[in-house]
Amino acid sequence: MASDAAALSLSGVDSFYGDSHVLHGVGFALRPGRLLALLGRNGAGKTTCLATIMGFLRPRRGEIRLYGERISGLSPEAICRRGVGLVPQGRRVFRSLTVRENLAVAARGRGPWTVERVFELFPRLRERHGQLAGSLSGGEQQMLAIGRALMGNPRVLLMDEPSEGLAPQIVAEVGRIIGRLNAEGLSIVLVEQNVKMTLGLAHDVVIINTGAVVFEGPVEEARRDEARLAQHLGVF
Amino acid sequence: MRREAAGAAVRGGLALLGLALLPWVLGGDFYVNLASQVLIYALLALSLNLLIGAAGLTSLGHAAYLGIAAYAAAWLTGNAGFGALPAALAALAIGTASAAVFGVLALRASGLGFLMITLALGQIVWGVAYRWVSLTGGDNGIRLADRPAVLGFDLGTPVAFYYFAAAVFALAFLFLRRLALSPLGACLRGTKEQPRRMAMLGHHVWMLRWIAFVLAGFWGSVAGLLYLYYHKFVSPQALSLQQSAEALLMVLLGGSSTLAGPVVGAAVITLVKNLVSSYVDRWLTLLGVIFVAVVVFMPQGIVPGLAGLLRRLRALRPERAGAAPPRAAAGHEAAP
Repeated sequence: MASDAAALSLSGVDSFYGDSHVLHGVGFALRPGRLLALLGRNGAGKTTCLATIMGFLRPRRGEIRLYGERISGLSPEAICRRGVGLVPQGRRVFRSLTVRENLAVAARGRGPWTVERVFELFPRLRERHGQLAGSLSGGEQQMLAIGRALMGNPRVLLMDEPSEGLAPQIVAEVGRIIGRLNAEGLSIVLVEQNVKMTLGLAHDVVIINTGAVVFEGPVEEARRDEARLAQHLGVF
Repeated sequence: MRREAAGAAVRGGLALLGLALLPWVLGGDFYVNLASQVLIYALLALSLNLLIGAAGLTSLGHAAYLGIAAYAAAWLTGNAGFGALPAALAALAIGTASAAVFGVLALRASGLGFLMITLALGQIVWGVAYRWVSLTGGDNGIRLADRPAVLGFDLGTPVAFYYFAAAVFALAFLFLRRLALSPLGACLRGTKEQPRRMAMLGHHVWMLRWIAFVLAGFWGSVAGLLYLYYHKFVSPQALSLQQSAEALLMVLLGGSSTLAGPVVGAAVITLVKNLVSSYVDRWLTLLGVIFVAVVVFMPQGIVPGLAGLLRRLRALRPERAGAAPPRAAAGHEAAP
């Protein structure tokens, strides 16, 4: 399904790693200001889906649109400049740069997000602004990764497993931050293994299984169909 | 932050004072000339470190820019009748333009491919200097009649030339330090660490690397002018593979992760080559032993190695009662 009114839409997207066919006609739409949860088991194709949206993988078929503008086939830097931000899996902060430098290199475009505003969102980063990112705790690195993505003033934010490897207390904090960003109007695609947290945040749910969309609908519908969740996610 | 800035200012002031007092401390012309040579090679190593330390690109052809600028200035002054200043400016432009073109070619690859392309380009330039006898004088090189006067100051004496070289070196060092602390410097280190992430953040990684390549070529060309004015002569040796390899060794020996590293590496190699070799017949063996020792005991280079050693020694000291806890890992000395 794709829609011109969507903040981000994929329709019939096929992606390959070499000869390996990973995404099979994937299509879904993220409406402006909504939070879409992209769920699936390990290896289902969620991260590949985000990599395809960001331009790291070029889809062989299908198209991706950002607010109606076709972005499939563009380079990652061009897609970022058009307003797509990514919080990558495993944080991937620049370990040899300070916290402030990590944020400064990501500054792009006119918008609400500045280093100061990120520090307001994550006061702990302000305390550690001169510290090398490699010396931060996992939770602080995750905050930095989110702050870094926000510094690009994205119109759509893709988040790849932001709770991975974090202590429960920090997971709850990250969840609150994601909810707050979405409440401020940011359109978000959230890839998560933590299904309970995700369903508590999301408006819409897309479930991917072996590279194909098997469910797309509002979160209430997904919640009602526990059998489907158990079938495709294994846990609930 | 303010304390760190004050500390950096004090260190900078002391370094400038040291540079200014060095001729008096050293005494004889031989040692002052040696100090000038150290500064010239330190500048060459610093410019190369812009590629290695900042952008993560190891070049084996960096002496090409030193040689091209030196040849251009010597030829324009001696054969085309240019004045010293126009010749110097034109030489810098030619050296930098060469880097701009070579950068386009070399940055088609990274890692070992980049190393081999820079090696090949350096060898092509060396081949032109060696074989195009009508232009370059071939093996005989080109002589410069005399050192130019800068702002009315005659650079003929060793001390006068030393101060000129020290002023240029200090300017280059300040520029590179400023660059290291700028957003561009942070972006370059980002491309070294995670080029894919930098692309994801909207940066044109190739362009950032090319800018670093051109800036490295510019400062390499500045070193070339100093080289020409010091020796009053340029030959194919100036842009040989050995020269490029020595510059690379200076960076690796001193440590590419700091600005001081290449300077220390240049000082060690230049002093062993020109001073220790007067007393020790097997000075090349000694240089080899130094390299092996550094690789084994300080694989990141002398400056980061000594800094780590100092940190460990401090940690071994018994804690004073009520002493403040150690500072967090902040305020690292930025690589260029």
